[in-house]
Order: sequence, then structure tokens, then C-alpha cells
Amino acid sequence: MRLIIREDYDEVSSYVANYVKERINQFQPSAERPFVLGLPTGSSPIGTYKKLVELYKAGELSFGHVVTFNMDEYVGLPRDHPESYHSFMWNHLFKHVDIKPENVHILDGNAPDLDEECKKFEAEIARVGGIELFLGGIGPDGHIAFNEPGSSLTSRTRVKTLAYETIIANARFFDGDVSKVPKLALTVGVATVMDAREVCITITGAHKSIALAKCIEEGVNHMWTVSAIQMHPKGLVVCDEDATLELHVKTVKYFKSIEHVHHSLIGAENLSLQGGVKQLRVPAPNTARPATPLNGPYE
Amino acid sequence: MVATASSSKISKIVNARLLLDHKIVQDSYLWFQDGKIIHPQNLFFDQHRDADEIIDAKGALVVPGYLDIQINGGYGIDFADNEGSLEKIQDDINTVAKGLLQYGCTAFCPTVVSSAPEVYNKVLPLLNKRKGDAKKGSEILGAHIEGPFISHEKKGAHNQAIFRTGKNGICEFDEAYGPELMKGSEAVSIITVAPEIEGVIDVIPELAKRDICVSIGHSAATISEAETAVTKGATLITHLFNAMLPFHHRDPGMIGVLGAVDLPVPEDPLRHPAASNTSPYRNKPDPRPFYGLIVDGVHVHPNSVRIAYYAHPKGCVLVTDALSALGLPRGVYSLGGRDVEVDDNGAAYIKGTNTLAGSTITIDQSVRNFRNFTKCTMVEAIEAATLHPAQVLGISDRKGTLNPGGDADLLFLNDDLEIQRVFVYGEEVELHKNK
Repeated sequence: MRLIIREDYDEVSSYVANYVKERINQFQPSAERPFVLGLPTGSSPIGTYKKLVELYKAGELSFGHVVTFNMDEYVGLPRDHPESYHSFMWNHLFKHVDIKPENVHILDGNAPDLDEECKKFEAEIARVGGIELFLGGIGPDGHIAFNEPGSSLTSRTRVKTLAYETIIANARFFDGDVSKVPKLALTVGVATVMDAREVCITITGAHKSIALAKCIEEGVNHMWTVSAIQMHPKGLVVCDEDATLELHVKTVKYFKSIEHVHHSLIGAENLSLQGGVKQLRVPAPNTARPATPLNGPYE
Repeated sequence: MVATASSSKISKIVNARLLLDHKIVQDSYLWFQDGKIIHPQNLFFDQHRDADEIIDAKGALVVPGYLDIQINGGYGIDFADNEGSLEKIQDDINTVAKGLLQYGCTAFCPTVVSSAPEVYNKVLPLLNKRKGDAKKGSEILGAHIEGPFISHEKKGAHNQAIFRTGKNGICEFDEAYGPELMKGSEAVSIITVAPEIEGVIDVIPELAKRDICVSIGHSAATISEAETAVTKGATLITHLFNAMLPFHHRDPGMIGVLGAVDLPVPEDPLRHPAASNTSPYRNKPDPRPFYGLIVDGVHVHPNSVRIAYYAHPKGCVLVTDALSALGLPRGVYSLGGRDVEVDDNGAAYIKGTNTLAGSTITIDQSVRNFRNFTKCTMVEAIEAATLHPAQVLGISDRKGTLNPGGDADLLFLNDDLEIQRVFVYGEEVELHKNK
């Protein structure tokens, strides 16, 4: 697992957006071989989506051959309700970019048979050959999608009852009225996320620092569902300085040193995008600092 | 929410600064289909539909088309002119409707000055509601009939020989205007009356019942007569400051209605101004009526425009009150059968007098003047010619905003509020270079 630490939310968003851009462009997707991207909703990814839209508008990125799968959706909420995840995705990403409507997959919380809808979703992911990169955020309790504490780490897409705390927390989006908050959601399982060939989790803010510590410093545990990323061969966690508050100094130093060694001693030209060392050539005498924060040396 | 199963073309405007919900919004888009503004989210998810056509606004302001609820004619044509065949009159109306599109006026109320019954019978049927068309012309929203139930004292350019009173109630009105009045707002959208004329006050509710906006004007009404008219259902003041008593502090007359925040608050917001920071309640409609303002700098002094706007910002409706000389050079023209002389400033006077008879200003120039005079925001200047007139007519669900469900009558403006492109029901209007 890689841990990338950036100064603040903005830098984290830029990093992740640039990362997605580089991954898609390197993949060279086509109609026959699209790039399959898993997408989250919530406050964490808003900045990332904003940067992705900017990159799209600058002509650096196209969603023309990108297939997306969203993590979750409320049950029983009209699709065009302002708080639905359909509306969220529409407003933050889809309406801005050139994604094809038929390439977008969001669970239908109004499907007549919810179990069937979940099965279809998994089947659809399998049909397109699995998810290449799954982006995610977490809640302060370490949940990913609606896989709240105690969710099985082998769970698949299913109907989930929301935790009481989540309902209370979400009431602010529904006129402060708990009775208006949906009580059920459809969500991908922890295993659905971990099946992706790469998982990138964004964690920002001091209020998520305990979750970050629990997820990467302690054991794999269903009470902190994101901790499953420890078992993933290509896990990437991007956090800001505030989120490192509860980490051991040793942990922070270790991950920072890895980035430092990579960039100052091994050289960006020897590294693959996903952090692997492709080869080891002697760095050119003038190791110019790359322009994007993506490969920039840690300072 | 508009989610039709229509397979027709969806257009998307990008790189625009949209006037949405009283704000200029940068990072949004406008979609339209079948001449209507749509919210395409459901089409995207349900039918996998995306925009078929992208229109690049290149950073322009994109705002609703302007409405002009008081315009007597233009291009040498007067809507009250009844000479000639019906075909000729129809052609004349079409000429004006077409010409108005050049100024971004995508819908209007053709205004007919006090006329004899036979004139109304001939002309009004041709001024019924008619949909706008990028090639054929601006939308007709029903006629605005000014007079003949108005005051001899404040006759303006009207022919007072045909003025009448309403002592026999609504029958008198039906007699004056003929069968078209029975059709209500389908034919007649606004009537200007003087409330102090006998019988008029009691007819106001009956006209309002026919879905006609009752406007008070051409009147020597005192403040109490004017307020009574408003409580009876008048929702507009015709060209404020003109053809009414000047403001006197002991009896401010009709102008004093600007300060009448203590009138009963309307139950239903339809056809009433929204609350502003001068309203008695922030969450209820303003009890004061809308008021038309001619902002050519001649009919109303810029200071007076400011006073009115500051007193009652959400009630302001820009009107041109333009007459047949609109779009023509200086000279002598006809208004309701009388000769009118247009001077170099575009002001029109009854020939040989100093009585103003109407303007030759265009609605887009009115918006620019209003912004210059009041230093109001772009949004407020534009809404005074879009949202507010639509509210006067009770049609803000389809005109005067860019909300989904509304008609795709659109203007592209630059930062000086000059017209760059015009769309009517989603079709682009061909603009002349030198208008």
C-alpha cells in the first residue's frame, strides 16, 4: 500500500485528479477496451471531480471511452431528488464532461427487485472485465461506500440498512428531518471495491485522522472496513497533513521517506505511475523537478 | 422536471454565464429541446440521451428574452391604426413583431391607445396571443389596451373625444372593446384604466377574474383612489410618473403607491412582485403593484428612475412605450390617428406641443440605461425586462426565466448588455449588422 501525504484538501484533490488523468491516458482506452472507473460520492471527492472537469475542459482528458460504476445510492429516493447520488454525479461530473450516458452505471434505488438490481450490477462489472481503478473516500468511522462498521469484508453489492448515526448525520441534507432520510441504500460490498485492480482512497481532515490510523496502522478489521485495503496488491491512500494527526511519527516518516527515495534517489523516470520501479538507470545529472504534483518530490 | 420521451434534438449551451435563480452562474449549462428549456438529468440516466448539439456561448451572458408589455408600434406602424385591409394590418403587425427580435424583444404586448369600438373590433382579433418564431417574429402575449376609461386631465397623446366612463359597470367595457374582451387574457393581457373614473373601481375585480392585468394610469387619482384600486386588484401602474399627478407630499397621488407597503399582503404570489429589502415581509409577496418605467432618459428623469427603483426594486418593469417611429429617423409619425413629431433625441411629442407621446427607445437600450442610471446589478437590470414583466402577466413559469419548463427564448449578451445572439423557442434569429 502506498500512502501519499499532501498539504491540504486542494492538493490531495489535484493529486488524485492528476493521477486519474495519467492512468486513463496511459491506458489509452478505446471503444473495445474502455477504462473502467469506480466512483464515490460525498464531500471528499468533490474537489477531485472539480479538478477532473478542469482537466477535461483544458483538453487534457476525455471520458469518451471511460465506463463508470458508482458505489452506492439511496433506496426509494427519486432519481432526480437533489440529494440522490444520481443528482450528485450529474451535478459534479457527468453534466460537465463527454462521458457517454450508456457508460454510466449507478445502482437504481427504485428498482422493483433490489436484490436483482445488485446482482445485475455485479454482473455488469464482470461483463466489462472488472474495475481498473476504484476511487473512494471514507467516513470518520472508516466506512467505505455504505459498508459501515461491522460489514463483512467479503461483502458484495447488496441492500444495506443505514446505521442510526448515518441517518442522523444525513438529516442535514433533508431539511433536518430524520423521517425524510432514506433508511436503506444499495451499496457495493467491500470485496467489490477490493476486486478492482487498483484502489485509491482519499482521506482528508483532522476528523478522519483516527480512521486513517485505524485503517493503516492496525489490523484488518471489519469495524474499520477500509482497513481491507491493507490486503490489496495496489492500494493507494492519499491524505492531507491534518489526517495524519493520529498516525505514529514512524508511519508518516516511513511513507514520506519512500516518496523521497523514489524521487530523489531512484528518479521519477525509473518509476511507474503506480509506484513500481521499472528499471534503475543512473539519474541524469540535472534531475529537473517535474511540473505536476503527481511526481513532485516531497518537501 | 421535464423528462419527455421525445427523440428530437437536445441542444446544450456551454461556456455561458447563465442568469439562474437571480444569480449569474458560471459553471452550468443550459439545455433545450423542442423549444423548451429542459433539465436533462433524467434523460441522461433513463434514456441515455446526451446533447446532440453544443452551442458555444464563448463566455457571453445568456439570459431570458426581453418582454415589452407596452409598445405602440414601430417601423412606421401603429397598432391602433385601423385603416387598410385586415391583410395590411396583419402584415404590419408581423413587420413590427419581426423587427423587435433584433432588439432581443422576444415577446410583447402590442399596445392600443384609446380607440373607438369599431377600431378594437377590427384590430384586437389580430393581436391575440401568438407563439414567437425566429423567422416570423416576436411572441404576442395579448394586447395592452390603454384607455378609453382614462382621465381627460391626463390624456397624454390620446384622443379624448372617445374617452368614456364605466358607470354601467363591466357591460360598458364589453361595449367599448367588443367581444374580444370576453376572451380574457387570450386577447387582452393588460388594460390601463384611471381608477377615479366613474364605475372603474368596481370593474377591476371583474377584469382580474378574466385573467386580465388591470393597470392604473392616465389618471389624476389621489393616493387613496390609487390604493383602493390596488386593493381591488390592480397589479400594475402604467408608465410611472407619466400621465399622472406629480408627487405632492400631502397627497402623493399614484406615485405615492411606491410607498404603500401597508397595503394588504396578497395571499397568492401570482402577479405580485417578490419581496425586496423594502417589503414589509421578507417571505411574502410585496403588496405594492408592479410599475412600468420608460427609461429613455426623457420621459422619466434618471433621478426619478433611481427613486422608484430604490423604493420598490422588485416591482420595476421596463417598458419602451415605443411608437411607430421606433426604428425610424426623426420626422412626423402617426399615433392613434394623431401626428407625432420625433426630435433628434428620439423623444416623440404631439406635433406643435410639448406633450410627450411615447418613445422611440428599444428594450435592450432601456435595460442598459436602467443599469447606468441606477447602478444596479446586471441581474436586476435584466430581470426588470424579463422576470418582472412575466410576473405581471402571470407567465413566469414559461417566460422571463431560464428555468426548466420555460420557453427557450434566449439572449446572448456581452458585458455592456449588447445583444450578440437571439433565440426564439430554441431557434436562432438572424440579426442584422446595422439595426
